[in-house]
Amino acid sequence: MQIFRAHVLCCAGTGCTSSKSLQIIDEFEKHIKDNHIDDEVKVIKTGCFGLCAEGPIVVIYPEGTMYVRVAPEDVKEIVEEHLVKGRTVSRLLAGHHDAEAISQSLDDVDFFSRQKRIALRNCGVINPESIDEYIARDGYVALAKVLTEMTPQQAIDVVTASGLRGRGGAGFPAGRKWQFAANSKGDIKYVCCNADEGDPGAFMDRSILEGDPHSVIEAMTIAGYAIGANHGFIYIRAEYPIAVQRLNIAIKQAKEYGLIGDRIFDTDFSFSLEIRLGAGAFVCGEETALMTSIEGKRGEPRVRPPFPAVKGLFGKPTILNNVETYANIPVIFTHGPEWFNTIGTEKSKGTKVFAVGGKIMNTGLVEIPMGTTLREIVYDIGGGIPNGKKFKAAQTGGPSGGCIPAEHLDTPIDYDSLARIGSMMGSGGLIVMDEDNCMVDIAKFFLEFTVDESCGKCPPCRIGTKRMLEILEKITNGKGEDGDIEKLEELAKSISKSALCGLGQTAPNPVLSTLRYFRHEYEAHIYDKKCPAGVCKAMLQYKINPDKCIGCSLCSRKCPVEAISGERKKPYVIDQSMCTKCGVCMETCKFAAIYKG
Amino acid sequence: MGNCGCTCSDTKEKKLQEIIEKYKDLEGALIPVLHEVQDVYGYLPLSVQTKIANGLNVPLAEVYGVVTFYTQFSLYPKGAYKVQVCLGTACYVKGAGAILEEIEKELGIDVGKCSEDGKFSLDACRCIGACGLAPVIMINEDVYGRLVPSDIKGIIQKYKEKVD
Repeated sequence: MQIFRAHVLCCAGTGCTSSKSLQIIDEFEKHIKDNHIDDEVKVIKTGCFGLCAEGPIVVIYPEGTMYVRVAPEDVKEIVEEHLVKGRTVSRLLAGHHDAEAISQSLDDVDFFSRQKRIALRNCGVINPESIDEYIARDGYVALAKVLTEMTPQQAIDVVTASGLRGRGGAGFPAGRKWQFAANSKGDIKYVCCNADEGDPGAFMDRSILEGDPHSVIEAMTIAGYAIGANHGFIYIRAEYPIAVQRLNIAIKQAKEYGLIGDRIFDTDFSFSLEIRLGAGAFVCGEETALMTSIEGKRGEPRVRPPFPAVKGLFGKPTILNNVETYANIPVIFTHGPEWFNTIGTEKSKGTKVFAVGGKIMNTGLVEIPMGTTLREIVYDIGGGIPNGKKFKAAQTGGPSGGCIPAEHLDTPIDYDSLARIGSMMGSGGLIVMDEDNCMVDIAKFFLEFTVDESCGKCPPCRIGTKRMLEILEKITNGKGEDGDIEKLEELAKSISKSALCGLGQTAPNPVLSTLRYFRHEYEAHIYDKKCPAGVCKAMLQYKINPDKCIGCSLCSRKCPVEAISGERKKPYVIDQSMCTKCGVCMETCKFAAIYKG
Repeated sequence: MGNCGCTCSDTKEKKLQEIIEKYKDLEGALIPVLHEVQDVYGYLPLSVQTKIANGLNVPLAEVYGVVTFYTQFSLYPKGAYKVQVCLGTACYVKGAGAILEEIEKELGIDVGKCSEDGKFSLDACRCIGACGLAPVIMINEDVYGRLVPSDIKGIIQKYKEKVD
């Protein structure tokens, strides 16, 4: 094997690829060749490092130097300075704008040092398109151990003992799910993987598939052995082309190595895997709907019981886990369930990956032990709120979850404590909002999403969410009236009780949780006809502060509807009857004389 | 289809038959077939759906039901430049709504529509997973991130000037 003195790792996840990381990789190859160091330095295309806000990211080992926001033009300098002369390119280091915060190595960066990466253990570390690199990191050791040393029941017992709960949202114990499917009688059973990550703003499953696809393949094969299934399906969003491509490569490699296929490790166990593409329907994240969709039909959920463990895909016993759940499985076998048990809280073991986004400095993926507080995620790892703004709320659980206000920043994050404060773990989207976000508008945003994605099978969801949305539209348009809040609450309660599937039952959550913590914002919209955050246009007026306006006439010239008039060198005024509230005036004013009120 | 006087409609038809042949014995074949056929035709008009229904021996109603259920499948042609505005939560809280309005204004079309010359279509899409760059838009394969409304005019102009 060839030994290299340095390795250049470049992120090729979706986020960094969007900012030209593939071009950066090509540039590295080129300049390394030009400098004749191509037999000393190896360039590796990796999965996501997680610090998407600072992408594209390049890490150079053995030093672990992390360069951020690298542009293709920077590559020449990095190669000539760092790789040839051994001098760090300081201007591209993380935290370079602040001499004290500058980080020489990836391990010094707060964002990474406070995390515990189990599900993401290989993301940003190995080349996801190389099975050898996965194997070098103890890949497929767990599978070998399970197939050659354990009975199916022993394998299930390990998962049960680990306390692993489903990472897709509801948090059902994975071991129990496997046990139910194992107990079901049947010659044909199926193992399914839910990679139809639908929560807008969550992308950890995609990153795992892009960065470490073999971990999911290995885990599904173990699950197949445990429950007695010989075939598996990965149901993945068609919107994730890179993940699909890397999965295809990984499945092909695993087949070639005999790690899936017939008589794996010379045992009697055979297992095959195939990929099915989703087609853009949020409801297909619900387990029965997902299976109906694999069957080639409209992805509508059905009544449970019978549960999929008894009667699932094509009417056969089936288990379905999500990507992140599977990514935890191989390590649980190699390190033992006792080790996994020591991480996390009493009822929520292990770690959780969050996709942190919105009004936060370090947007990206973080993996933290269960029980970490929201404050640590937002401030210590996330770097706080940009532009000196105040934290208002964090939204978890996507369209099924809720908003967590500042007073609960110190709540330890696990399945049960999030449920207690009216939100949920969900798949792991965590969107931070600041004082400029209107909570009624956010509730409306999620309701629009559910109305759009409701499959239409059951009336509470199809009609009920639509009625709720209409009330929210009325309120944000400044036409709210006394009694609207009560109507919303009543509708929410009956939808939660009577909808057919999880999507419908949880659809009112964003409204209920914002009503719980931000009722005053609803009231301000309804009774005072004011949007405190200045978002809802109908209740908003752009005004000119006569003390600040110098009468330069710029806003008046930029206004598309000629609503601003005045005399030069004297304060201008906006004619509210003509104003379309486009905000151009405020953007153009150089004296901050225009404000929303 | 087929009114350009060339043989491309025959080529497409041939590809369609190959796709049906490839999948017809697979359990749950309809969705993979629709994906691939849409890649060939660009969209799924009723005439194409009828051929799929006949080829897979399923009722046309079922094909239509599936096509209209999933957002990936389109009954209408898309523009040469497909503009997609991400309305995932991360982009939304960072002002994707204003970006969308600006693009509507710039292109003179509403969401879900295609311009008359067939050059642009505009869609709001779910999270494309570039949340670190929010708010983002995609024009065909190109991603533009960290946008403010005033960036839009310049970006669209670039595509308006492009000659196919």
